[in-house]
Amino acid sequence: MFGPLTCKPGSSRNNKTGPWRTESRPKFLKKNCIACNMCLLICPESCISGEGKNTYDFDPDYCKGCGNCARICPKQDIEMVKEDSKE
Amino acid sequence: MSKTLFNSGHTACAGCGQSLAARLVIDAAGPNTIVANNTGCLEVFSTKYPETSWGVPFIHSLFENCAAVASGVESALKYLGKADSINVIAQAGDGGTADIGLQALSGMLERGHNILYVCYDNEAYMNTGIQRSGLTPFDSNTTTSPIGVKSTGNIRPKKPMPEIANAHGIPYVATASVAFPQDIQRKVKKALSIKGPKYMQIHVPCPLGWRHETNLTIAVAKLAVETGLYPLIEYENGILAAKRQITPKPVEEYLKTQGRFKHLLKNPDEIKKVQEIADNNIKKYGLKVSEATN
Repeated sequence: MFGPLTCKPGSSRNNKTGPWRTESRPKFLKKNCIACNMCLLICPESCISGEGKNTYDFDPDYCKGCGNCARICPKQDIEMVKEDSKE
Repeated sequence: MSKTLFNSGHTACAGCGQSLAARLVIDAAGPNTIVANNTGCLEVFSTKYPETSWGVPFIHSLFENCAAVASGVESALKYLGKADSINVIAQAGDGGTADIGLQALSGMLERGHNILYVCYDNEAYMNTGIQRSGLTPFDSNTTTSPIGVKSTGNIRPKKPMPEIANAHGIPYVATASVAFPQDIQRKVKKALSIKGPKYMQIHVPCPLGWRHETNLTIAVAKLAVETGLYPLIEYENGILAAKRQITPKPVEEYLKTQGRFKHLLKNPDEIKKVQEIADNNIKKYGLKVSEATN
């Protein structure tokens, strides 16, 4: 036995995966959001949060820029912008 | 940050279908859950020692015995008198379910343990580099079923895992897809409300192995359902209790989205064979919308 082989719950949050983004990141326009919750439900990184209309946003520390949120948004209220843009 | 039991910071590829399915399952199950997970992508990317994404007790078993480990956990809970308040979930990938872990799964179903078994079906051994498994679809290009002059990919159809599980006479069998996240959560909650062994199979696209753009994860999963290649069904006590009705789309629409089926697009004979599989599914489960109204 080489010591305790258990880890603290949720400790993967120490591992910031934001720098994995290579091309683009989502931009939440917060104009036409209807709070359908789909972006939050389908985010593979569980890094989208929000409650109620126009409050949803992503956590740049963990987002890997896959772009599924922008694609699923029924109101096109999320768009992918270039990583180095100032928007 | 929203409250979730499957935390950010895991090392799945961008656009991974399995990571979002795992979060949906565990959030629907709630904090009073113990998870046993065999070797596979999910275990590798979510429990990178000394870190873990899970907010619930999580046991990593060997590749073949996650159902057996979960059976032990459930029996121990029963002995301690805590079986009623704690859910046990066993989860595995498609290789760990249909090939390597099948005997342990069959034993668990036959012994009647009160466990929900979840199979994340990404249709090949993605963790080790896209080798074919029992759940790899017909004509799929993988590293062990490569395409060539005389080969059009995997020669065998998918193993009918839901039917195999159902043949054990268990109370609940369901298939789901990441394209319908609320449906996954409903099915998990329903399964956990039933006593006895339950089997659930979730279709999870893998951008790396299926070779599609990372932002198409949900779109590809949706097309699989809409073409009839991945029927969403529920068996309760052996009887087909529910199914998602579709207006069938031609299978080309699904095939052309992925690199693993790219070779089929110039081969109408093979597309016909894939269409036949979809048509058989539609007929077998009565998936067509108009049939329901009759």
